[in-house]
Amino acid sequence: MTTWDRAAQTGGKSTQATPAAVHPPPRGGRVGRSLAGLGMGLLLPALLLAGWEAGAALSVIDTRLLPPPSRVLGTIAELAASGDLTLHAAATLWRVAVGFGLGVLAATLLGALTGYSEGAKRLLDPTLQALRNIPSIAWVPLFILWFGIFETSKVMLIAVGVFFPVYLNLASAIRDVDRKLVEVGRVYNLSHFQMVRRILLPAALPAYVVGLRGGLGLGWMFVVAAEIMGASEGLGYLLVDGQMTGRTHVILAAIVLFALFGKATDLILAGVGQRLVSWQDGFKSAR
Amino acid sequence: MLRLKNVSRRFANGYLALDGIDLAVDRGEIVGIVGGSGCGKSTLLRLVAGLDHPTGGAVELDGAPVEGPRLDIGVVFQEPRLMPWLTIRDNVAFGLSHLGRAERDALVEGALARVGLAGFAKALPRQLSGGMAQRAALARALVAKPGVLLLDEPFSALDALIRMDLQEHLLHVWASEPAGERPTLILVTHDIEEALVLSDRVVVMRGNPGRVHGQYRVDLPRANRRSHSDFPAVRERLLEELRAASRPREPGETSRGGVTTARPLAPAF
Repeated sequence: MTTWDRAAQTGGKSTQATPAAVHPPPRGGRVGRSLAGLGMGLLLPALLLAGWEAGAALSVIDTRLLPPPSRVLGTIAELAASGDLTLHAAATLWRVAVGFGLGVLAATLLGALTGYSEGAKRLLDPTLQALRNIPSIAWVPLFILWFGIFETSKVMLIAVGVFFPVYLNLASAIRDVDRKLVEVGRVYNLSHFQMVRRILLPAALPAYVVGLRGGLGLGWMFVVAAEIMGASEGLGYLLVDGQMTGRTHVILAAIVLFALFGKATDLILAGVGQRLVSWQDGFKSAR
Repeated sequence: MLRLKNVSRRFANGYLALDGIDLAVDRGEIVGIVGGSGCGKSTLLRLVAGLDHPTGGAVELDGAPVEGPRLDIGVVFQEPRLMPWLTIRDNVAFGLSHLGRAERDALVEGALARVGLAGFAKALPRQLSGGMAQRAALARALVAKPGVLLLDEPFSALDALIRMDLQEHLLHVWASEPAGERPTLILVTHDIEEALVLSDRVVVMRGNPGRVHGQYRVDLPRANRRSHSDFPAVRERLLEELRAASRPREPGETSRGGVTTARPLAPAF
């Protein structure tokens, strides 16, 4: 038998191995386990809410200052019935969406640039890092003078808040991309743009998703700030309106709505991110 | 033909990694490069790959200087270096983005079949064993049918059995091309046996500065070399040469770098 015959056989043998042998379906009780985990996590809030409701019913709690959960839920239902909920939620969601989009766009372009190019990093990064040290709320007066009291200044404030976590995560993740993978790109003669698009951005994606989630969190924070500064609609306006008119149940309803929308958008982002980075081979990463 | 003409590489810190390397490799030849660590053998490969540039002399492929990475020079590294976010199929297709979809798919399918990974096209790199991942890397390098394939200790991270399997595999893929179209293989390794099993010619390098100590033709039939009765003696002689190359130079001894006539490595009895 010649070497080639034997080589052909070894090659043939490995062809017969089936993919199923290397990646068995790793399911089994996952849904059940996550439901059980959810149940444990819900226990404490449920007890607190029940205690709060009972406290209000027994007049232990001053309901003018702290209306019971049922009253807060009732307020949300009233807002929904009158159509005000749609109006305010839509205004806030729109501001967050546009601000987030603009912030992410700028952060992605600049983060990719300073992560990839040493020259761009030396030129831009110190300035951006210096700007980062300014608490974003401090921009509000200036933005109002620059962009007016209407939508532009609010959206810009949110965009600034979203920008930094996304920018920092992306730029540092790109700098940390395995040099060995970048070298593969060089072997295949990739252009600078192709190198960023085909190797650096995908490799930096897990950290980028973390940055996006952080940025979204700050986006929600800054929409509250922007709407408190002056707005005629939006969930932040409900907060101010509730304070002015002494309706604590409206304030609490707005807070609950902020929490719900914040959580929902984060879940969506996390879910999309999870799908995008499911190739990861890390400790406890999706299998 | 691949030619290195008086190639030197001095690093920015002043260290002379390669000094006056002259080497000519015929089309379709398999050349093994051995030497102790730090002898510049990987630097040499990077120069040929166009990943690095000589500070003196020139690297030429078919008469034209190699000025940067090119698609007709493939590289297989010590690690598979697959993109973890791409399926095996997309990894193998990585260097083929200039081709149309149909053409690309056909090439990739053929390359995967040749390395015995046809059933793993849709798998992710993390689902492959080390040997399978390195075969995928081999497929990625071979799919574009490079005229020159550079291998930088490609099997050194694998266990002995898989390493032998892949060595035979590489020879098989190389030999499955018609004689005139076989790629030139340059294999950097610290494994003498691997160099002897695969190569037509073994280049022994000595370090500090990196020079060619000597070149030796392997006069053993290609098939089944490892079990050839002369194999142990040949390996012993090559080992002696490697030891000689690793010894510090005697004062006044001139370098033998630049020896271009290959001496046969067949035993003299």
